[in-house]
Amino acid sequence: MTLQLATWRELPGTGRLVEGHRPWPRVIVDAEVWQAATEDVAAGRWSLAGLWGDVDAAHMALLHGSEIAVLSIACPDRHFPSVGLRHPPAVRLERCIADLFGLIADGAADTRPWLDHGRWGVSHPLGAGGRSERPVSYSFLAAEGEGIHQIPVGPVHAGIIEPGHFRFHANGEAVVRLEARLGYAHKGVERLMQGETVADAAQLAGRVSGDSCVAYAIAFARAVEVALGVEAPPRAAWLRGVMAEMERLANHLGDIGAICNDAAFALMLAHMGALRERVLRTADACFGHRLMRDRVVPGGVAVDLDASKIAMLTALLKEIMERLPALVTLYDETASLQDRTVGTGRLAPALALQFGAGGFVGRASGRDFDTRHDLPYPPYDTLSFEVPVLEEGDVNARVWIRIREVQQSVSLMEQMLSCLPDGPLRVTLPLRAGEGLAMVEGFRGDVLAWVRLDAEGRLLRCHLRDPSWFQWPLLEAAIEGNIVADFPLCNKSFNCSYSGCDL
Amino acid sequence: MRRLLFQGLVRSPLSEPIADDAELVALGASLDRAAQRRLGRSLSIREVDAGSCNGCELEINALSNPFYDMERFGLRLVASPRHADVLLVTGPVTRNMREALERTYDAMPAPKWVVAAGDCAMNGGCFKGSYAVLDGVAAVMPVDLRIPGCPPRPVDLLRGLLALMVRSPGT
Ligand code: SF4
Repeated sequence: MTLQLATWRELPGTGRLVEGHRPWPRVIVDAEVWQAATEDVAAGRWSLAGLWGDVDAAHMALLHGSEIAVLSIACPDRHFPSVGLRHPPAVRLERCIADLFGLIADGAADTRPWLDHGRWGVSHPLGAGGRSERPVSYSFLAAEGEGIHQIPVGPVHAGIIEPGHFRFHANGEAVVRLEARLGYAHKGVERLMQGETVADAAQLAGRVSGDSCVAYAIAFARAVEVALGVEAPPRAAWLRGVMAEMERLANHLGDIGAICNDAAFALMLAHMGALRERVLRTADACFGHRLMRDRVVPGGVAVDLDASKIAMLTALLKEIMERLPALVTLYDETASLQDRTVGTGRLAPALALQFGAGGFVGRASGRDFDTRHDLPYPPYDTLSFEVPVLEEGDVNARVWIRIREVQQSVSLMEQMLSCLPDGPLRVTLPLRAGEGLAMVEGFRGDVLAWVRLDAEGRLLRCHLRDPSWFQWPLLEAAIEGNIVADFPLCNKSFNCSYSGCDL
Repeated sequence: MRRLLFQGLVRSPLSEPIADDAELVALGASLDRAAQRRLGRSLSIREVDAGSCNGCELEINALSNPFYDMERFGLRLVASPRHADVLLVTGPVTRNMREALERTYDAMPAPKWVVAAGDCAMNGGCFKGSYAVLDGVAAVMPVDLRIPGCPPRPVDLLRGLLALMVRSPGT
């Protein structure tokens, strides 16, 4: 019989509360509570925000409204009760934990490796280690029936995109099953971070996913700051906000063009690509790097804005708002384009909710969640903005959410630039041990960062969870029944991160 | 749509000249004469992401935007390695991508050149020493040209690729 957890409030009382974990509680629980929490997640009472390994424990982050709790279970015998057994979004995270730490999810239905392709020469690189005996071969899930054939695609693709393998089972033109196999971009980031100083680890965090370097840098910095009990100065928080919205603008503008290009409408790509380039050049002129890499540092920011740069940013916003309406009209009124995007790659709201899908993928399928709004952090806690949500869940809805978010980002930047607070850009970080968790809204959705620091200010463990963990499986669901030729369009409309998940 | 297309005719183009500077000539000097004669004035490029963070890809994609418009220089990104003269590699070469990278290289007809773009491709960058990476393209195949940066700016990528076509002094 399983235990019943009556309310969210009871969670911290169900085990041993860990001291020094901020800002939300972390509780070490037994298998019974772990399983009860799993049941509650599976029943949709809470969403799973993360599931990751440690040398001798597994942790899961649960999200409930505007609160988070972390549950930990000790694994002295290298086993823990599977979450994925009851809650499918956890399946690949458990496979990843098994590969990196050698911790086995008991009862898991899918025990195939995920990141480990049998090529590292070591097994469980973050756990006990040892020589790897793993074979290179991999079996994909099957689909059977008359006339069904397989189409393997990748890891090297025709276009300039990240590496990943897609296995289609198709019946004529229609996709019967798509299964992704990732891990090709696995670089061992979490292991590289262990033992590093906060400053060095911050550089790695900013290189987890190139299009989200600001979001990752902020997530990592906030996790470190909260673990150490400090807060970045107001001016730094606002400058972070400006950079985060610039990153969102660059990605949304570029991707809207790229989606249209995948529907064979190159004119939009040219115009949107030019706008994106303007954003990157302004970022370069104002922050000294086109992608604003290494400009957010733990404790604050490494760059300031003077009046002339603020004027450049304001001019950029003006240009975007002048050019965008005609392009939006073009998108909306081109019948051949709408024919490709409306009704294609539909993601059901129930699935978006079950997987806790963040970003435009979730919001285009009715999941009203935005970290900036629901778990607000400076500067968003004092700014006004809307979180656009649609129900249709098709390619068109994902494009529209991004158009609306461009408008919101412009408004947010105008608010921030018009009254940047004065003051220092950085605080000195104290040397003390602690644990911290942060969630930050990147352009794809919520990036989770969890750190454990020792008294010398070095990283004992850092986990970074990309929003795409909870979006990749949904792409596989959304493509079902669509034609193979629409896959690039659907894929681009999700634009999940490979490197962010592979780490 | 007609209005946008018309504006395209009357507005001045966004594409910019890329300076034909000393740096470019120096880069070109590292390539032998025969190679340049064979290539003529056009290059077909096959790009492979060997485990990058995707930052380098963003800037390679930017080369096709109206500002850089790489095709006007005879630089073309092609889908198949069988059509390519140049293999443009990004990322530290993860162990999981090694085989795919080698197979792409093997599928290219000779003569062929390899460009390592970005700090990662040059030596592993900040992922150097990890159990999961091979610390750069040179560990797997001969590299003809290196373009530093994290990521390299589009202008630097363009300069590097143009250098493959520029005749070095005295040829
Ligand atoms: S060089 Fe920099 S931008 Fe390029 S893949 Fe490496 S970390 Fe990413």
